[in-house]
Amino acid sequence: MSASIALHDLTLGYDRHPAVHHLSGRFMPGSLTAVVGPNGSGKSTLLKGLAGLLAPLEGRLERSGLQPADIAYLPQQADIDRSFPISVMETVLLGHWRRVGLFRALTRAQYRQAEEAMEAVGLAGFAGRPVASLSAGQFQRVLFARMLLQDCPVILLDEPFTAIDTRTTSDLLAVVARWHGERRIVIAVLHDLDQVRAHFPDSLLIAREPIAWGPSADVLRPENLFRARQMAEAWDDRAEPCRRSAG
Amino acid sequence: MAVYAALVQPFVEFGFMRRALVACLALSLGCGPVGVLLVLRRMSLVGDALSHAVLPGAAIGFMVAGLSLVVMSLGGFIAGLAVAVLSGFVARVTPQREDASFAAFYLISLALGVMIVSTHGSNVDLMHVLFGTILAVDDASLLLVVSIATLTLVVLAVIGRGLVAECFDPAFLRSVGGPGAAVHLAFLALVVLNLVAGFHALGTLMAVGLMMLPAAAARFWAGEVATLAVTSSAIALAAGYTGLLLSYHADLPSGPAIILVAGGVYAVSVAAGPRGSLRTRFLPRRHLEA
Repeated sequence: MSASIALHDLTLGYDRHPAVHHLSGRFMPGSLTAVVGPNGSGKSTLLKGLAGLLAPLEGRLERSGLQPADIAYLPQQADIDRSFPISVMETVLLGHWRRVGLFRALTRAQYRQAEEAMEAVGLAGFAGRPVASLSAGQFQRVLFARMLLQDCPVILLDEPFTAIDTRTTSDLLAVVARWHGERRIVIAVLHDLDQVRAHFPDSLLIAREPIAWGPSADVLRPENLFRARQMAEAWDDRAEPCRRSAG
Repeated sequence: MAVYAALVQPFVEFGFMRRALVACLALSLGCGPVGVLLVLRRMSLVGDALSHAVLPGAAIGFMVAGLSLVVMSLGGFIAGLAVAVLSGFVARVTPQREDASFAAFYLISLALGVMIVSTHGSNVDLMHVLFGTILAVDDASLLLVVSIATLTLVVLAVIGRGLVAECFDPAFLRSVGGPGAAVHLAFLALVVLNLVAGFHALGTLMAVGLMMLPAAAARFWAGEVATLAVTSSAIALAAGYTGLLLSYHADLPSGPAIILVAGGVYAVSVAAGPRGSLRTRFLPRRHLEA
């Protein structure tokens, strides 16, 4: 997997107001990056942009060698109808969509892969359970199993461990480590800095603009974190056009 | 023999009762699963909106060609689909939600329909369109209703996987390049088609009843998409059969009789069904070990 994602002076936002602006850099093949920063610093917006769900206001996003469907994206609050009568197995099997589509039959091997994915996230024996009966942590495991089947070179996780207990978190971190070992690009928005230091080699610290990007130990230094906290949160209705923009 | 006379003989003796029963069977097969999917997609009231939206198309069809089955159906289908597409379009390109845009367009459509009928038709025609005449279903309309039911089941089989995925997690389906919008549109077309089938038998006011009441009742009996659909169809058919008999023996209007029986089944289901009904809430059984 040799895909990479390059940001060229990228500005993302809504209605001309930037959520995060002037971001440049590259997510290298096989990199495992934590995106950190205060609430409202543009982390989720950045992930939406990377997933192709939000067009840049300015600048460029270069996804070399990647189709839109090569990017698996786990949103912070997925727009999922959890009361829908669907089983864990059926949900996980949705991860095969690109291979089976609307019409093709599922093969025995594909069922087997789904079972393996469920085992990998600690859901063995849950195949027939309705999704509506799962706890938040169990459901997050289901979504990770589905991403395992998606088999994408790029994986975007928006606060995957918020409101998730430590055991589930460590199981799912093992999945993240497995993806990293398979040289996929994994980018996760996180708040637990100790977790980032322990499990994520690279970090991108943003506060509506880039503060630091590089090895986690360098990025998460007190002076950087202090700068990030100084971020202006206000959305100014009469803001002037950004002077840093070229032209 | 009294039982036979009450429950079977009317259908043996009278062709119009037989045709009405077959129409009910066909409507039940189509409306059952469509109604269940509407409920699951939280679009229960969209069926209602679309049933009103059909009116101006049917009225224009009537103006152009008189009481012509094909032209009125086609007009109704086009009007219903137009409202569905316009509402969907507004919801997709503006921040307005689909329920609001649906309400706006169906109200416009309904007013237009009433305007056309009142200026160009008689009250009898309006009554026909609004209330239908299941006891006057002829072979041609029976053929139409049966064809629509067949088409519905075939199309649902083809797009079923996409419908479930689109309903459960639309953002995921989009992210893997699934045909979410196409599936949604095909489904809305099926809703309109079944309402058109229903309005010949039950009228635009009642057609949606055979679609939504059994589907809403099924929720208290079944827990999977397939079993919900089968339950819903079975309830619709039972309501059709019982309603026809009621209307025959008690000399009641057949359309409302059928829908009221469906309403009765719904009330019983809410009260006593095995899944989440009032009974399970207020008379709970002992909880399980795990």
